[in-house]
Amino acid sequence: MTYVLDQKELDAIEGILEEDFMDIGVRCVFLIDMAGNVIASQDAGKMKHDIYSLAALAAGNFGAVSTMAKIIGEDEFSLLFHKGKKESIHFSKVLKDFLLITIFDQDVSLGFLRLKVAEAIEEITGILSRQMSP
Amino acid sequence: MAFVNLKNREVQVKIVYYGPGRGGKTTNLEYIYNTFNDRIKTEMIAIKTQGDRTLFFDFLPFEMGKIKGYDVKIQLYTVPGQVKYNATRRLVLRGVDGVVFVADSMKVRRKSNMLSVKNLQENLATYKKSIFKIPLVFQYNKRDLAGDGIPLLSAETMEKDLNSKLKVPSFEASALKGDNVVRTLKKIITLTMTALEKEFK
Repeated sequence: MTYVLDQKELDAIEGILEEDFMDIGVRCVFLIDMAGNVIASQDAGKMKHDIYSLAALAAGNFGAVSTMAKIIGEDEFSLLFHKGKKESIHFSKVLKDFLLITIFDQDVSLGFLRLKVAEAIEEITGILSRQMSP
Repeated sequence: MAFVNLKNREVQVKIVYYGPGRGGKTTNLEYIYNTFNDRIKTEMIAIKTQGDRTLFFDFLPFEMGKIKGYDVKIQLYTVPGQVKYNATRRLVLRGVDGVVFVADSMKVRRKSNMLSVKNLQENLATYKKSIFKIPLVFQYNKRDLAGDGIPLLSAETMEKDLNSKLKVPSFEASALKGDNVVRTLKKIITLTMTALEKEFK
């Protein structure tokens, strides 16, 4: 299956990522699909990470954890959080096939971030579900 | 699941190297990485066991340049070949657009090649994809071992074993020496891009 996003949809998604995350001090936020493709990203020019590699690993990581969930009788773990000394990563599922990933430092509170993630997911879902329904 | 970005005019495509353990999937990617260093901006990612076998996958993003005005980014993956890693193998196949099947030409590996093709078919089916429809290329690897006196399967035997029903392009190759590695890659890219184009029409 191939899917296409046009300029308007991508502008809207990038706008959501910028408004919801750049203002609260998140270093980098990106939306990927479960195949590991990068759909949109925002980093306020602060990050020089290789997001294509990060996306491939994030999709694999999320897939592995979802399979673990099934083995213990859960449908899925819909969010993941990896804590580092300086930087942490938060993963959250969007619809069936997408992941929203944020990278942030200690200045951002996890609770506030989760609120913002929930907000953003609702808005992005609107755009992606229009796209994914034939 | 290829993704077309109309804003940046970019296409992202996922190609997976599949096949039995120790067949040379990672060696294919390593050869591509070393040969096209100028087009690959990042390090190759490899998640390995301590014994240097692929545990989860290898990943190599590869810039194809422009096709019909679109920047084509090819994401190359390998799967872990060992039978016991089927759960992770299936995960890597998620959203695959094209497959290179790296078969081992050594006589002793005849059965594992055939089992691995069957396993590919089953795993594709879990994503509702058919091995008969997906862009696929066979690579009969390790042909260089003939010079070391190691018994190899003839290309005809391998065609009959693996490709008699599928009838897809195949290449005799040596991933270690680089023979036909690039030809295999070019072929799967062409097949995959043609399939994508068809889907759009």
